[in-house]
Amino acid sequence: MATIIKSYEPTFWDKLYIPALVKGLMVTIKHFFRRKVTVQYPDEHHIPPEGYRGLHRLNKFPEGRIKCVACEMCSAACPADCIHIIPGPAPWDEGNERYPVRFDIDLLRCIFCGFCEMACPEEAIELTEIYDFSDYTREGLIIDKDGLLEVYELTKDKNYYSRKNDNKESET
Amino acid sequence: MDLLGFIIICVKVLLVFAATLFTVLIMIYAERRVSAFIQGRLGPNRVGPQGLLQPIADGIKFLMKEDIIPAGVDKPIFILAPAILLIPALMTFAVIPFGSDITLFGRQIPLQVADVNVGILYVLALTSIGVYGIVLAGWSSNNKYSLLGGLRSAAQLISYELAMGLAVVSIILLSGSLKLNDIIADQQGYLLSWNVFKQPLAFIIFLIAVYAETNRLPFDLSEAEQELVGGYHTEYSSIKFSMFFMAEYANMITAAALTVTLFFGGWDVPLINETSLGIWGTVLSVSSFILKMGFFLFLFIWVRWTFPRFRYDQLMKLGWKVMLPIALLNIFITAGYLTITALI
Repeated sequence: MATIIKSYEPTFWDKLYIPALVKGLMVTIKHFFRRKVTVQYPDEHHIPPEGYRGLHRLNKFPEGRIKCVACEMCSAACPADCIHIIPGPAPWDEGNERYPVRFDIDLLRCIFCGFCEMACPEEAIELTEIYDFSDYTREGLIIDKDGLLEVYELTKDKNYYSRKNDNKESET
Repeated sequence: MDLLGFIIICVKVLLVFAATLFTVLIMIYAERRVSAFIQGRLGPNRVGPQGLLQPIADGIKFLMKEDIIPAGVDKPIFILAPAILLIPALMTFAVIPFGSDITLFGRQIPLQVADVNVGILYVLALTSIGVYGIVLAGWSSNNKYSLLGGLRSAAQLISYELAMGLAVVSIILLSGSLKLNDIIADQQGYLLSWNVFKQPLAFIIFLIAVYAETNRLPFDLSEAEQELVGGYHTEYSSIKFSMFFMAEYANMITAAALTVTLFFGGWDVPLINETSLGIWGTVLSVSSFILKMGFFLFLFIWVRWTFPRFRYDQLMKLGWKVMLPIALLNIFITAGYLTITALI
């Protein structure tokens, strides 16, 4: 059965437009007093939510050895082909027999999909919450093993940005 | 005229001029800040405390920029146009009384630069001269977008000047004088003796027309950036461009002051007789004037971020088919009322 939909007929009050205008003004003035969403970046840092995929890191065991066994699963999984690993026999006696001699990630090619993290059988490679890394050269954005391990030191407590924000507050 | 009188007038001229320019600076700051606040942003807050020195930084930036005069422009008019727009905008404030009389050095000084007895006509005349600035800027730029912007502005101002003038006529009918001081004196006393309450229809028409006159949203068709790049000031740069900006804000200030004078009792504080309070009465009246004007300046920005721009045919329809008949009707009612009460 067909239903007859009556179109809305504006009343005289609607046609005056003045009440609607006042209503609109009330909406904007409410926004005037709202909390502002701006994050004043260099002074304060936005803290990304859990699971954010930022800069990579290579995890270490508590005693300081690298977790990576240079299986090259991550570089195989990488759709952007940005992980380059040169494996070698581990220099230490116990634990992993293989380790990466070189582990380079081209951050300019990386699409931050997190497939490397998923592919890794040793939970050695992980994406961190760091989003503000930049450099003046292309070469500067190829991060090597030492760099990746350094990132681990910076982010192992999961408070990279909240720490920065706290430092800024104590300075002022 | 004696020397003291001359000095007093010079001081008043300088004071009003400086105050107007200072308010322009505040408006440049407020426009950006309030816009940002309404959009949930913070706006400029780096230069000075809370970004208060931002207009000065902007001014220096404008002065340092290269002043480009494009090839093919009509040079004399191109250079003259910003001045034609800015000077009348700054001149209008001369007739607006901004406080009750003050007694200094044993003489009574009215807080108004020039007490012209056709004050309201003076204001309307000068705001109309300002259009020439916009039209000439659009025409001399040798740019189709500029020309379109200028023409739109001219047509818009003519359409809304009528409605605005007719709204003002009903006020003049009530006060029986073109002198702004008389119009204010007519509104002294109770809150309800302000013209907004006597003439609400005229107030609404006047307010809407004022937005069209100052080329502000929702009537900023002359600089509709989505269609016309920048409108009449597309080809302008550096200090000439900033002159257009200053003129826009100066016009807004005059419009706000005029709204206050015509409809909100000017410097009047309801139920208080300012002239009997001496110096405190003056302070009270001036601050009341500034407060009311500030509200209307805020309203300009507030409205800007609330209502979308009119389409050009809608603008013309509103001006000619709605505002003009209502304004005429309002005059008819006012005149009829006055005639009947005079007869009884």
